Amino acid sequence: MAKIGSLEELKALMQEQQQLRKQAYQEKVIIYVGAGTCGLAAGAGETLEQIERELQKRNLSAEITTVGCIGMCVREPLVDVQLPNQPRVTYGNVKPAMVARIIDEHIIGGKPVMEWVVGIVPTDW
Amino acid sequence: MENVELQQDQVAIPTYTELPYYRKQVRIALRNCGIINPQRIEDYIARGGYLALAKALTEMTPDEVIGVMKESKLRGRGGAGFVTGIKWEFARRSPARPKYVICNADEGDPGAFMDRSILEGDPHSVIEGMAIAAYAIGSEEGYIYCRAEYPLAIAHLKTAIQQARDYGFLGKNILGSNFNFDLHIKEGAGAFVCGEETALMASIEGRRGEPRPRPPFPAVSGLWSKPSNVNNVKSYAMTPQIILNGAEWFASIGTENSPGTAIFALTGKINRTGLIEVPMGITLREIIYDIGGGIPGGKKFKAVQTGGPLGGCLPAEALDTPVDFDSLVQAGATMGSGGMIVVDEDTCMVEFAKYFLTFASAESCGKCVPCRIGGRRLLEVLTRISNGEGKPEDLDEIEYISRNMKEASLCALGQLTPGPVMASLRFFRSEYEAHIYDKKCPAKVCKGLITYRVIEENCTGCMVCKRNCPAGAISGEKREVHYIDPSICERCGICITVCKFDAILIE
Repeated sequence: MAKIGSLEELKALMQEQQQLRKQAYQEKVIIYVGAGTCGLAAGAGETLEQIERELQKRNLSAEITTVGCIGMCVREPLVDVQLPNQPRVTYGNVKPAMVARIIDEHIIGGKPVMEWVVGIVPTDW
Repeated sequence: MENVELQQDQVAIPTYTELPYYRKQVRIALRNCGIINPQRIEDYIARGGYLALAKALTEMTPDEVIGVMKESKLRGRGGAGFVTGIKWEFARRSPARPKYVICNADEGDPGAFMDRSILEGDPHSVIEGMAIAAYAIGSEEGYIYCRAEYPLAIAHLKTAIQQARDYGFLGKNILGSNFNFDLHIKEGAGAFVCGEETALMASIEGRRGEPRPRPPFPAVSGLWSKPSNVNNVKSYAMTPQIILNGAEWFASIGTENSPGTAIFALTGKINRTGLIEVPMGITLREIIYDIGGGIPGGKKFKAVQTGGPLGGCLPAEALDTPVDFDSLVQAGATMGSGGMIVVDEDTCMVEFAKYFLTFASAESCGKCVPCRIGGRRLLEVLTRISNGEGKPEDLDEIEYISRNMKEASLCALGQLTPGPVMASLRFFRSEYEAHIYDKKCPAKVCKGLITYRVIEENCTGCMVCKRNCPAGAISGEKREVHYIDPSICERCGICITVCKFDAILIE
């Protein structure tokens, strides 16, 4: 990895990374799992494994990324689903048994499972 | 077609900023937590990470950095609330070399997890803040003192430090300047007193974690007797944003004397527990009811404890107190590091104070007498009261011991250990008096002062309580009224939970 030697190089790297994030946002299904200690204690690890299993079962590809704690302890485990060019929708208290329906209805069907939805992560956050 | 449907559905999904939980929050230290992958430095960079360090190194002198920090009036988020910029200036002016930058991540308050969440969710913000501090005071080496009970935080920190080295944000000639800085992690063994800065530094040196008198302050003589700057995780995490957006921006948030945001771990008897970041000056009522959603089960709010086991509780009358360093102290509590525990009417305030006192006195390092002996004596008095053996002179005794601990203890642990007891005595004196004079626990919690009794009219003689009683305290035949023997009863409450006929009461 090349070391960053100046402010200009850092800005260039920032723009490059922003471009890559933007591209992923436009092209990929991205699943975020809150996996801080709090999320893991609430069962995020099992939920994450279930997501991987269910995606594999359906031969779907998605970028799965773990994130820290967004603060809603009471709704852990938290899982966000972002379809290409769509808002990042957060689901709360996602148990492994709920994963299949979220994948089928939201990721495949394009319709969020409204009864489990918490909110949309603001784009300017 | 599918996309169109999705758009229509989403009209009904609120964005976070429309949710009551987030509406009043302002995220500065938590801006990346839960948003980015904390183990990918590229995610941090994409959100402007390390730009503040680059700005400081290439466009600002160390004195200018300190100037911005002083102007922003950021006060140390560890609890004491000392102005960070002034602390940095003291360390900068110390002539001795080398100097050290230390991050206090020894978060130990029961129910507190602010620092852990930042370290786990956005470790680079802390690293960047520490590097800026190092540049400002003239240090080349830093330590993060994190408790070993936070394995995930330590793992994320280790990954982050390595990534920062790989990109050249730590190491030699950072960003083409001639500034060098690198970081170590010191895992603490979990002694609460090691959150006190002089004990913390002793622990890094490999000595027993015991505090020493100040002065000399760490800025003059700290780690290995060299000038050192110790700040909390949250203070460092806010630093890059202050450098990037300017002192004026930061000072425009919050109140005049406590600018910026406060981070709280909201726990206890509250509907929406969680980690929140709010502008200083918000009221306790807004936090507990608007953000936290109030008390579950239709119960009544009784008190809120801020500042953890060294803080204090405030009653319902204080709910409109603005949350900032000075107002909370004035009201009788403290800001502390950010624990906020809400309790409802079912909590006994004597028992509540006793809980914190048990914690704090067990964590006394034993070096100074007022803390070592005072804490123990105070706990004896409180135990006596909650057992129903309290004497009328006990309340004066509590005040006497507390005053002496406060004035004579070596460090904040001993000085503040009586805090929760003093606050609960101040606001809930009648509850102490009920324990002492009437031998009653108004919240029906203290086991020495309550009796479980069968309500004869309701009891059907179903025998469920008798079968479930682990102490064998319940007698009675089938279809006959049962009896609980108070001399055998352990007051565990299992009979109440299993009885289907509301036939057991506590008195």
